[in-house]
Amino acid sequence: MTVESQLESLIGSLPGGVSEGVALGTGLAEGYDFYPSALGQVVVTFNPNGVSSLDTVDLFEDRWAARIGKPLIRAEAPQAWASHIPEAIERGTPGKLPVDLSSVTDFQRSVLAKTATIPRGEVRPYGWVAKEVERPKAVRAVGSAVARNPIPLIIPCHRVVRTDGHIGNYSLGGPHNKHELLEYEGADPDQLEMLAAQNIRLNGNTTTGIYCHPTCRHVRRSRESNLVAFSSTEQAAEEGFRACKDCRPGPKT
Amino acid sequence: MEDLNNALATDLDRAFGSVVDEMGPRLFWGLRRMCGDHQEAEDLTQETFIRAYRALDGYEPKRIRELKLQPWIWTIAMNLGRNHVRDRARRPTAVEMFETGTEDPEPIDDAAWDRRLAILSSHQRDAVVLRHVVGLGIAEIADAVGRPEGTVKADIHRGLSRLRTTIEEES
Repeated sequence: MTVESQLESLIGSLPGGVSEGVALGTGLAEGYDFYPSALGQVVVTFNPNGVSSLDTVDLFEDRWAARIGKPLIRAEAPQAWASHIPEAIERGTPGKLPVDLSSVTDFQRSVLAKTATIPRGEVRPYGWVAKEVERPKAVRAVGSAVARNPIPLIIPCHRVVRTDGHIGNYSLGGPHNKHELLEYEGADPDQLEMLAAQNIRLNGNTTTGIYCHPTCRHVRRSRESNLVAFSSTEQAAEEGFRACKDCRPGPKT
Repeated sequence: MEDLNNALATDLDRAFGSVVDEMGPRLFWGLRRMCGDHQEAEDLTQETFIRAYRALDGYEPKRIRELKLQPWIWTIAMNLGRNHVRDRARRPTAVEMFETGTEDPEPIDDAAWDRRLAILSSHQRDAVVLRHVVGLGIAEIADAVGRPEGTVKADIHRGLSRLRTTIEEES
């Protein structure tokens, strides 16, 4: 046997894992892994650009097929940011975790980016998000953008509530999950519903003369005896209060 | 191969898996013979395909149809490999205390061939592997390694005779 023919026989098969690595590295497939959350185990998908979706174990497969449809490979998230995933889920904000929102429109992306700024333990109405993204009349469009949030929990769409104050619907398994999450974060959803029933949308502080969303940290820090209730920004303004600069409840100036 | 070019030009995402299936074994084992390290060859193979995909993604269909895929892929791989070696030279490398076994079946006489190929100079080894393991032509090798055809021929010639001597000495 010549050296040349021996060399020709030195080829075997492609080791397992290489094709998958290529599919993940090119983005032709996405990776998925399981993580714990306040709502039990969830499935997180990712590609080289960041986390692309999060869903409950039950809903994941059907919704993935309908929305993205790319092949999926069980994998570990990229080392550079894998450790940020549990933290982002727990804190309800992306923080240092890169997110890939290429599956949604520019408008939806701006709504989700704004949603991600709502602090833990606080809620904002859909109308507030609409105003903040400079589309004050697009409240319904904001509602459907939030409902199609591909990365719930990490982009905290559970902190966006109906403009009348009711906590509203939730795509990650229904309103009871939204209730549970808000409770977990200390936002007291029962009290929110109660305020809504009484037509209370805003709270003013008589010492500072500033009005806020009821869950704003400045309200929670105030003495209850100093608080007054308003049903609208107009009413608050008429009574001489100005809008809080942190939770920005007032009309866009 | 022409069918593959057409498929890539028509629908890159759908066809790229076939490129990996078709060219993967040759690419991996060629790299594996050159660098002598299973894990490094896996990394290089993966990275080569990822770069190839990104490049194809930016090419016009006409350019993809005219591409000679095998030598083109090897040009990417050899460029990556050179940088790899350079990067590695700049940082400390851990000493392997234990043999890390792989589950993949390896072809005949693996350790023996690693030893024999390791004796060659890196130019000779690359040229011999590309010519006789992978099966590229002289001109294609010259392109991939960025050396003149005459030099490549000489490298192959010297490499082969050194391998023959080594095998004779073994018996």
